Amino acid sequence: MELKGKAHKFGNDVNTDYIISGRYKFKTLDMRELAKHLMEDLDPDFFARINKGDFIVAGKNFGCGSSREQAPLAIINADISAVIAKSFARIFYRNAINTGLPLIECDTDLIDPGDQLEVNLSQGLLYNKSKDLRIPVTPLPAVMLKILADGGLVEHFKKYGNFNFD
Amino acid sequence: MGKTIAEKILSDKSKQDAKAGDIVIADLDFVMGQDGTSPLAIRVFEEMKANRVFDPNRVAMVIDHSAPSPVEGVSALHKQMRDFAQKQKIHFYDIGDGVCHQLLPEKGHVLPGQLVIGADSHTCTYGAINVFSTGVGSTDLAAGMISGKLWFKVPETIRLVLNGKLAGGVFSKDLIIFLAGQITADGATYMAIEFAGEVIDALSVDARFTISNMAVELGAKCGLMEADQKTESWVKQHSIQSYQPVLADQDANYNYVKEYNLSDLEPQVALPHTVDNVTPISKVTGTKVDQGVIGTCTNGRLEDLRIAAEILKGKKIAANTRLIVAPSSRATFIAAMREGLIEALVEAGAAVVTPGCGPCVGTHNGVPADGENVISTANRNFKGRMGNNKASIFLASPATVAVSMLYGSITDPREIIG
Repeated sequence: MELKGKAHKFGNDVNTDYIISGRYKFKTLDMRELAKHLMEDLDPDFFARINKGDFIVAGKNFGCGSSREQAPLAIINADISAVIAKSFARIFYRNAINTGLPLIECDTDLIDPGDQLEVNLSQGLLYNKSKDLRIPVTPLPAVMLKILADGGLVEHFKKYGNFNFD
Repeated sequence: MGKTIAEKILSDKSKQDAKAGDIVIADLDFVMGQDGTSPLAIRVFEEMKANRVFDPNRVAMVIDHSAPSPVEGVSALHKQMRDFAQKQKIHFYDIGDGVCHQLLPEKGHVLPGQLVIGADSHTCTYGAINVFSTGVGSTDLAAGMISGKLWFKVPETIRLVLNGKLAGGVFSKDLIIFLAGQITADGATYMAIEFAGEVIDALSVDARFTISNMAVELGAKCGLMEADQKTESWVKQHSIQSYQPVLADQDANYNYVKEYNLSDLEPQVALPHTVDNVTPISKVTGTKVDQGVIGTCTNGRLEDLRIAAEILKGKKIAANTRLIVAPSSRATFIAAMREGLIEALVEAGAAVVTPGCGPCVGTHNGVPADGENVISTANRNFKGRMGNNKASIFLASPATVAVSMLYGSITDPREIIG
């Protein structure tokens, strides 16, 4: 899976309330609608500045807080191709993989806002084109790569009817 | 090499010799969703082409986040849940029944030694009664409802040994807020925590739930305690099922073990806007508060209402303040009424709302205004959490909230009790 886009940078501990506020997420299952409010409490104009394929780049503990799956779904529906962070909160991590949102763990201090990035997920490569820099990436465990390769857990279950990692 | 509680439960449920770092597929004892996560799980359940849940007796849905519904959109989602629950014949708790994390243990759905998932981050609450319980999202909930299984990465464990004796006016909430400050919001990410020591032994099961409830605020997957006599008698009051509690081995392998002596701990406050932004109360006394909240899955239990009612009985909350009380369940509400606690709180000026999540998740039941300060017994104080990103939330024990409401400013509860 090859991904290309621009970096939008955020800090540490971006919680799921910031990703999509509770005041919207309980009201609808329309994820395109929710996506318009992505990161609204941190950056009110964020959604308007996203170009298809862009990356959210953040510090440590991205996605901490509530278990709302609307968080990765709103990110996917805002046309973000992947989230790149120093580390992820574990429920967000599960939800992202299950819904098919790729996550990349690396040293994000090597990325500035606006940098052009290229990612090859299966090879675990991240290239910062603006800085001509290859950034080492923590590889995803095989189970998660399998779920992502199937297109998320829904597609995995449709295919196998159960968990199948053999 | 011995095993931690987490390694033992996941070994048992995956029928393999599981060690930290392994990925296992394990059998679930119970699966839960609430109204913020279930509607999406129902949609995913249908997308996965499933017809039946794996075992209706092991699945529950709870309407607690927006209870009763404040807007039409939520009403439609609640209806989907009711229809699904009826069709699938699963356990269903409607508005007024209470917060999911009070209901699951109270109704005897979760027992020591079991493996439980809930589509709510505070599912780690049941760790207080020796349950490996952890929060997941809606897709995991759907997969769990269909297959009765889920994949887990077996977590490493941090063991926190809490010794000494808590002073008067200092409660389990102060302890877990203190630990959030020490360990920080991501200090235990991907890991389990075992809580042990004299302080835990001395606490009631109600007070222990408060600690395990907030394990996720330290990033943890679960917050486990060993079962003792108090656990046994608590569980027996709520279930007739047999169960097998799990002890950690003496030679278990921990990421680290840390001991604290908490005899000198003073009441703690988590300042806006992160749970690990913690200070002893003496640094913030006098800060004006506009609204107080007593309730939520952290501190809405009978013991919490007793503490608050004892402080507020025969008194009035300060002028120009509001106090919202949300009992954790219908049973808690009834018991509090029978003891006269609700009368004492309402006479003191409290507004009692439906048992459930109350104003904690910002959907209704007390959204603060711009610039206002809220002091709450909840577990999160993120910006916007209560529905207004221009308000500030301070987290504290029920005693600190109750005493602060008498003065309209953050006040050390030891001025009145202790």
